[in-house]
Amino acid sequence: MLKYIFRRIILLIPILLGVTVIVFGIMFMTPGDPAILMLGENAPQAELEALRERLGLDQPAYVQYGLWLGRAVQLDFGRSIRSGRPVTREISARLPATLELALLATLLAIAVGVPLGVLSATRPNTAVDHAATVAAFGGLAMPVFWQGLILILLFALVLGWLPPSGRLGGWQYYVLPTITLGTSAIAAITRMTRATMLETLSQDYVRTARSKGLPERSIVYRHALRNALIPVVTVIGLQFGQLLSGAVITETIFSWPGIGRLAVDSIRAKDFPTVQGAVMVFAVMYAVVNLFTDVLYAYLDPRLKTRYS
Amino acid sequence: MAATETQGVRRSRGARSWSSILRSSPRIAIGGAVLLVIAFAAVFADAISPYPPNQQNLRARLQPPSAEHILGTDHFGRDVLSRIIHGGRVSLQVGFIAVGIALAVGGVMGLLAAFYGRWVDSTVSFVVDVMLALPGFLLALAIVAALGPSLVNVMIAVGIAYIPQFARITRSAVLTVIEMDYVTAARAAGSRDNRIMLRHVVPNSLSPVIVQVTLSLAGAILSAAGLSFLGLGAQPPTAEWGSMLNAARGYIRDAHWAVTYPGVAIVITVLALNMFGDGLRDALDPRRID
Repeated sequence: MLKYIFRRIILLIPILLGVTVIVFGIMFMTPGDPAILMLGENAPQAELEALRERLGLDQPAYVQYGLWLGRAVQLDFGRSIRSGRPVTREISARLPATLELALLATLLAIAVGVPLGVLSATRPNTAVDHAATVAAFGGLAMPVFWQGLILILLFALVLGWLPPSGRLGGWQYYVLPTITLGTSAIAAITRMTRATMLETLSQDYVRTARSKGLPERSIVYRHALRNALIPVVTVIGLQFGQLLSGAVITETIFSWPGIGRLAVDSIRAKDFPTVQGAVMVFAVMYAVVNLFTDVLYAYLDPRLKTRYS
Repeated sequence: MAATETQGVRRSRGARSWSSILRSSPRIAIGGAVLLVIAFAAVFADAISPYPPNQQNLRARLQPPSAEHILGTDHFGRDVLSRIIHGGRVSLQVGFIAVGIALAVGGVMGLLAAFYGRWVDSTVSFVVDVMLALPGFLLALAIVAALGPSLVNVMIAVGIAYIPQFARITRSAVLTVIEMDYVTAARAAGSRDNRIMLRHVVPNSLSPVIVQVTLSLAGAILSAAGLSFLGLGAQPPTAEWGSMLNAARGYIRDAHWAVTYPGVAIVITVLALNMFGDGLRDALDPRRID
């Protein structure tokens, strides 16, 4: 198992290096002189020259990339053009808010999606099943940004039950962003749980359990669900990528002080060092979560465990 | 994943007729019918919209739905329905162009990777893995950040973000097809690579790719609308669903219709595309045909 984890981490390195090329490219492909962007149009020529030299902007692209990468691996993405503070500090100040939201949304998605999928699968082609299917399709088709606005309209403006934006001040502030961000994951997990449950319920060992006269409850939860959940773990990992994407929009709608909003604000302000840092953090988070789900998958599935141990 | 992706391939010859597919799958029929209506509205937008999409009427600002303005007006007194109809044109255009880019680039990458194998395959697979290291929307966001906010750049960015999916699906489809006897036969008969690829491999690898096109269209339209919503895509006064929502956000308290209906348009379009694509996948799935 450890060997497997170790191998997966080693395999991640070239991928993340590839991502750094993309992230470096963001700055490099952007028209305009980064030195002017950082110091402003009216900066004296001498200062511009000095900054260009310091950042290596007068060097060929691969040298610039090397210099940038050398700093990036030390978590130095330079200073934010907007605030002048180190990008790393800007990001670490925002990271908890994003993690919190993504984690809550994931928990919500599992808590709703798995039972709903089981409910659907144990009553196939009934009204319950059809309702869950329609709801899941709707959840997948609903854009995050629209859903967020509709929730604000309904629960904050019309009913006045919950605050429309902000983060600190109590649990009420978490409800709408979490639902907004979690909906598409709920839908995806419901669909996947239903599909794998249906497949598991038709397996021989389930028939054996039935013929032994075990109560249906124990068949569903003890025998079928445990096996059906294994592929669902993968979907949860994949959904995390969707969640990171959704976080960018959700944070913008709810004025949530996370990395997503930081990224969008920085793109608008042409604050490229911060954009680079934020994108890199997203890639690392995504990689870590995928690594985690793969390991969990291998752990849960005994067939894989023997192969890699 | 790869195993399920290749499933659609095996039976592309002698596939069932369209009429039998339509009869057996209500999802394809319903999704397809809705898509036809949306496409019709997009093509004839100028003829069927009650007002020009950008015509302002400051005396009729933020009007609720009425006989005159069926879906109300926005903060400039523009007719919401007319803007939604024209927005559909923009969204479909963005979707098709983005998916076109992804299909062209990703398809060729996947085809070459599967056909030539070895270093071509490893290079393509590495590039695809790197692109997949960022969730699609964030990759598109990063590319728009580099290119600058505009509708054209959103098409390019979303197109690039969908390349990996097409590269993977084409690769696995082609891998299945090149094992077939008729490809070996063509090789033995001395056909050239180009001819084998275009005459035998491509036509027989199409069905999973077609399914992916419909499903990606839905995703591309959502992504593009999301980027426009963030102010990074279509710029005012262009009538585009995402940017309409963004502009109407500030008036949500006074004019909820300007927020509600563009969203409904997105949901209906994406739902129809997903239903159509899902139905198509099931219809082309050899396991379900028997």
